[in-house]
Amino acid sequence: MSLRGNDLLSLREMSAEDMELVLSTARSLKEILSRPIKKVPTLRGKVVCTLFYEPSTRTKTSFELAARYMSADAVSFSSATSAVRKGESLADTARNLSMMGIDLAIMRHSVSGSCHFLSKVLDIPVVNAGDGMNEHPTQGLLDIFTMLDYKSKIRGLKVAIVGDILHSRVARSNIFGLTKMGAEVSIAGPLTLLPPDIERLGVKAFARPEEAMEGADVVYVLRLQLERQARSLFPSKREYRDFFGIDRHKLSYAKDDAIIMHPGPMNRGVEITTDVADSPRSVILDQVTSGVAVRMAILYLILGGRD
Amino acid sequence: MAKDLLIQGGRVIDPSTHTDKVLDVLVVDGKIAKLSEGIEPEGHMEVLDAKGKIVMPGFIDMHVHLREPGFEYKEDIETGTKAAAMGGFTAVACMPNTEPACDNDSVVTRILERARKTACVRVYPIGAVTKNRAGKELAELGEMRAAGAVAFSDDGSPVATAETLRCALEYLKSFDAVLIDHPEDMSLSDRGQINYGLVSTVSGLRGIPRESEEIAVARDLLIARLTRGRLHLAHLSTEGSISLVRRARARGINVTCEVTPHHLILTDEIVLEAGYDTNTKVNPPLRSQDDVDALREALSDGTIDVIATDHAPHHIDDKWVEYDYADFGISGLETAVGLIIDKLVLPGVINWMKMAELMSLNPARILGVPGGTLKVDAAADITVIDPDCEHSIVPRNFESKGRNSPFMGWRLTGAPYGTIVGGKAVMYDGRMIL
Repeated sequence: MSLRGNDLLSLREMSAEDMELVLSTARSLKEILSRPIKKVPTLRGKVVCTLFYEPSTRTKTSFELAARYMSADAVSFSSATSAVRKGESLADTARNLSMMGIDLAIMRHSVSGSCHFLSKVLDIPVVNAGDGMNEHPTQGLLDIFTMLDYKSKIRGLKVAIVGDILHSRVARSNIFGLTKMGAEVSIAGPLTLLPPDIERLGVKAFARPEEAMEGADVVYVLRLQLERQARSLFPSKREYRDFFGIDRHKLSYAKDDAIIMHPGPMNRGVEITTDVADSPRSVILDQVTSGVAVRMAILYLILGGRD
Repeated sequence: MAKDLLIQGGRVIDPSTHTDKVLDVLVVDGKIAKLSEGIEPEGHMEVLDAKGKIVMPGFIDMHVHLREPGFEYKEDIETGTKAAAMGGFTAVACMPNTEPACDNDSVVTRILERARKTACVRVYPIGAVTKNRAGKELAELGEMRAAGAVAFSDDGSPVATAETLRCALEYLKSFDAVLIDHPEDMSLSDRGQINYGLVSTVSGLRGIPRESEEIAVARDLLIARLTRGRLHLAHLSTEGSISLVRRARARGINVTCEVTPHHLILTDEIVLEAGYDTNTKVNPPLRSQDDVDALREALSDGTIDVIATDHAPHHIDDKWVEYDYADFGISGLETAVGLIIDKLVLPGVINWMKMAELMSLNPARILGVPGGTLKVDAAADITVIDPDCEHSIVPRNFESKGRNSPFMGWRLTGAPYGTIVGGKAVMYDGRMIL
């Protein structure tokens, strides 16, 4: 079990075997979520701390519930209500928290590479809950887990990732994870929102979503990260919706049984129309449930069941 | 006055006289008095054994940040010049992005006074081109020149507009001083952290395209053509910049340029290899192997005039933070010579003579300062090299306050062995002499 005691910083640095291990462990833990009493004693006495330097509802709650279902204690720290407001550095904050005896730190941060930095500061394992535009590895794993719920295998699966690739840590983690497991990944978005040399990561890049979605088994719609658009990367939300938003018509380019995914939160009517988001082919809410199972597996594998 | 000094048995390499020969060097009254074989030591001489060593005209680093006044917690003139001495440099030219900026003669005078009191190598202040380096009004360039500024630059930033650059280059012709520009189009490098390319894509760090530098280089070269002023381009990092300079030279444009050791040795890949270590964060950013190869080729064909460190010392508080929040810069004075020997001279990219030209002769000529030669009667500024010394880079042992080096732990062959300033050994056998 090579995850034990280690960080989970990126899918780029994670082996396919370790990803498979997380997925299969999550598969067996998911059943706990449908029990009347959702609690197993596996991580009793362990404490995890979530450090969120960026707003989040899904990921933070998902990690904290995953910890509690495994009987670990979860404490949370958010930058809005802490000494960060008084100018405390990340290194100082983290070292102080670790001196209180936490066993694992889960961090969300707006700067790429921050979790790598935190792992140098702390001796305890660090789990990346999204760092800037870099990666969101647990999201990537829960997305692959969800794909496996509906499609039998990842090898050969055609996945189209459409939208704001440039700013998306979700896209990067999915690209690294999916290509490592043998999927055929196509991406599309306005060319101002595709990063350079992206095809060298083993994906096919297109300027228009229809091209990337041709024959796709999975259509993964990314959130348009309006908060990160400082430059004039596209003219208006209206124009974005017309050319890059996923609606019924664009969806017709994908396979008839293609599933639709989105990491949330959605900008309804911008990157995805409501009828697509709420259609029977949408598995967007399943992703949320998968997230808890995958994070239970990750906490279990890193913190170990017993000493 | 210091004792007479006899440097015995070293291989003297002096590009100003095309000398490459084992010679003794006698220094009297702070000047080179005699070079010949078999000078007999006499009682009044201090004898330095340089057998197996290489004796060159003193290295001049024409691009350093000494941080004084204003940022003494990062570096000051005393520690910065100690770092220079340890690194084999007999002189440094210091950039004006201090607080206050070195944009008038009183700051120039203050720096020179502090240098007289605390520096162990020569310090040449570089004045700001514009008031407060803001890019709008010309600073009092003539007054600063008279006070001792050797060159002018808004380094840290480019000279903001083509028109300001035009005026400055025209005006400086009256004062025979070079303008050193930091070529960068700020709109393209906007919030960028590292080179724009595969590594920025993979790391999620914002990219700074090569064109950010190249557009500014092109602008600068055209304004140099227009004004016929003396332009020097700082820290070039891309293949495109080099080919622009090469073409401009061929058309007779009056331009010189420099590169740093880190741009000659590292690529952006190190950002990922080092797990987002902020010591890899530098402006201009580390580029790709193609760029490194082009810079190395330009060293040997003469397109590049100078190797300068862009020594940018930072306090750990300004580096031990998230990547985007870290300051740009590498503490370079104490690693440059070892890196150049190990990575460029010993593998044969350049020879010793070329090294002396790039690090001594050319910077002296460009700045119009003494040095760059071991001719009789020249000031005895001498750098002694140990070409065989094997050592590791250990930033915590730096004399500089800035321990921000991406080369930590590197094992190198070749090191500075002695630094002699005006006939006085300030560093010898790898140790400071105070």
